Amino acid sequence: MSPQNRLRVALVQHAPRLGDLGPNLDWTCEVLASEVARGEDLVVFPELSLCGYFLKDLVPEIAVRLDGPEVDRLIKAVGRGSAVVGAVLESPAHRFYNAAILIADGRVVHVHRKVYLPTYGMFDEQRYLAAGSRFEAIDLPLVGGGSWRLGILICEDLWHPSSAYLLSRGGADLIICTSASPGRGVAGGRAELGTAALWGAMTTTYAALFTTFLAYCNRVGFEDGHYFWGGSRVLGPDGGLLGGEAAGDQPMILRVELDRGLLRRMRIAYPLLRDEREDVLWQQLKVEPGDV
Amino acid sequence: MSDLEINPELCSRILAAFIADEVLKVGAQGVVVGVSGGIDSALSFALAVKALGRSASLGVAMPYRKSSPESLADAQLLAAHLEVELMVVDISPQVDAYFATQPTDDRNRRGNKMARERMSVLYDLSQERSALVLGTSNKSELLLGYGTLYGDMASALNPLGDLYKTQVYQLAEHLGLPSNLIQKPPSADLFEGQQDEQDLGFSYAQADRVLFHLVDQRCPEEEVVEMGFPAELVRAVRDRVRRNQFKRRPPLIAKLSARTIDLDFRYPRDWGH
Repeated sequence: MSPQNRLRVALVQHAPRLGDLGPNLDWTCEVLASEVARGEDLVVFPELSLCGYFLKDLVPEIAVRLDGPEVDRLIKAVGRGSAVVGAVLESPAHRFYNAAILIADGRVVHVHRKVYLPTYGMFDEQRYLAAGSRFEAIDLPLVGGGSWRLGILICEDLWHPSSAYLLSRGGADLIICTSASPGRGVAGGRAELGTAALWGAMTTTYAALFTTFLAYCNRVGFEDGHYFWGGSRVLGPDGGLLGGEAAGDQPMILRVELDRGLLRRMRIAYPLLRDEREDVLWQQLKVEPGDV
Repeated sequence: MSDLEINPELCSRILAAFIADEVLKVGAQGVVVGVSGGIDSALSFALAVKALGRSASLGVAMPYRKSSPESLADAQLLAAHLEVELMVVDISPQVDAYFATQPTDDRNRRGNKMARERMSVLYDLSQERSALVLGTSNKSELLLGYGTLYGDMASALNPLGDLYKTQVYQLAEHLGLPSNLIQKPPSADLFEGQQDEQDLGFSYAQADRVLFHLVDQRCPEEEVVEMGFPAELVRAVRDRVRRNQFKRRPPLIAKLSARTIDLDFRYPRDWGH
């Protein structure tokens, strides 16, 4: 497949009902159908968009299976478009993953299972969920016959630079990061929440360092007092914000068009990926890590 | 810039959104707030009005016949400032009826009883109006245990629970609440002439900074003393936090079965919303 020059991406920043799969699925299918009808190539929903985030014991009760009716409905709704939807995915061995399901070409083409499950502070994911073990870049098949190479990270994954590094090494031209980031950090009188400022810095830096497009899709709303701050955005390979601004903290759909021309220009101007010394990394990683 | 300084615009926006979101998604019609004439309930009430509008926010003043008249006057001043109606419910008959059969001079017992009568009124009105009781306890009070369990500490939603007292003042000033309420010394008003800072033996300004280092920053006690805070103050604050942990938790349940509520039956409060 040859790369397609342009990719229209829609980030659906919304607030799912917590632990209420049916209404969330209905709504998601409606949005999918209408965005694809508008001509969006790829529709992205936030982390756990079908069920909400602070699930606790609800995890096994709202899980979906790849061969289950919910995924079938999503595939039908996506039609000729493509989408990333967040759900708890139950494996045939009854493990429960925080997953992002990539649907295209009328099928599930890829599933990213969150590797880094935060279990500190307000987070308790390892109590309830199984961890994934791979970061994989894949070709997203597009309806016109072209493709776009991308990789998916889920929230905490992005806080570990090896994740974006591995996607980049796999050839990703677009990193999609889905998220359910609870806002916090008001000390010191800053105009922006501490979390929002850090995410802004990280996404900008990653896009520039890996000279890649980066689409960050965070959710909004409240769960048990936690405020999800939104701020969904798409960064270009120059670290610039596409479309001029990030989303606020309200439900909205952010639509941006990616242009391969920009990617090419930036990779000529900053051939960072060409110059990356994997051999040095490989050599040093062979040394056994000691106790810290 | 102080660690305790907050961006009032950002915080009031988040707290108003929190109230609106949590009220509307559970299908409630609004909130009911006990308005004492003090700064905490004033801020809670003002945030509710900002979030839900005037008609969905009911403020209720519940004086006892010996309560300070200035408190009611300040509650009325606030209501006038916010351009909302204030409901006044005199709790003297039920309080007096109870103590007629259970007489006591213990002013804390009497004060706690009054706080629980007010809670009972608020919950009744909340049912009548399909509304939620909005809390008014700030983070300083919750950590220090300076509140009446099942009294003023009872609520369905508490927008102030993660704001220290000094931060409550910052928000109150930002929202332009009447200066009377901001300037008077904080009082639980459990008995005549009561002042929080005399009861506690330290000021909120001091305690909040110690709490910030101990709780938010998880500094060891010795480190906080090394920063220059008096050792007695640090110990007194830490002791109150530990001693009052029970007030911040639901009642303990003795475990018998495989799944026990709150121990290993864990569901979010916003389940299904």
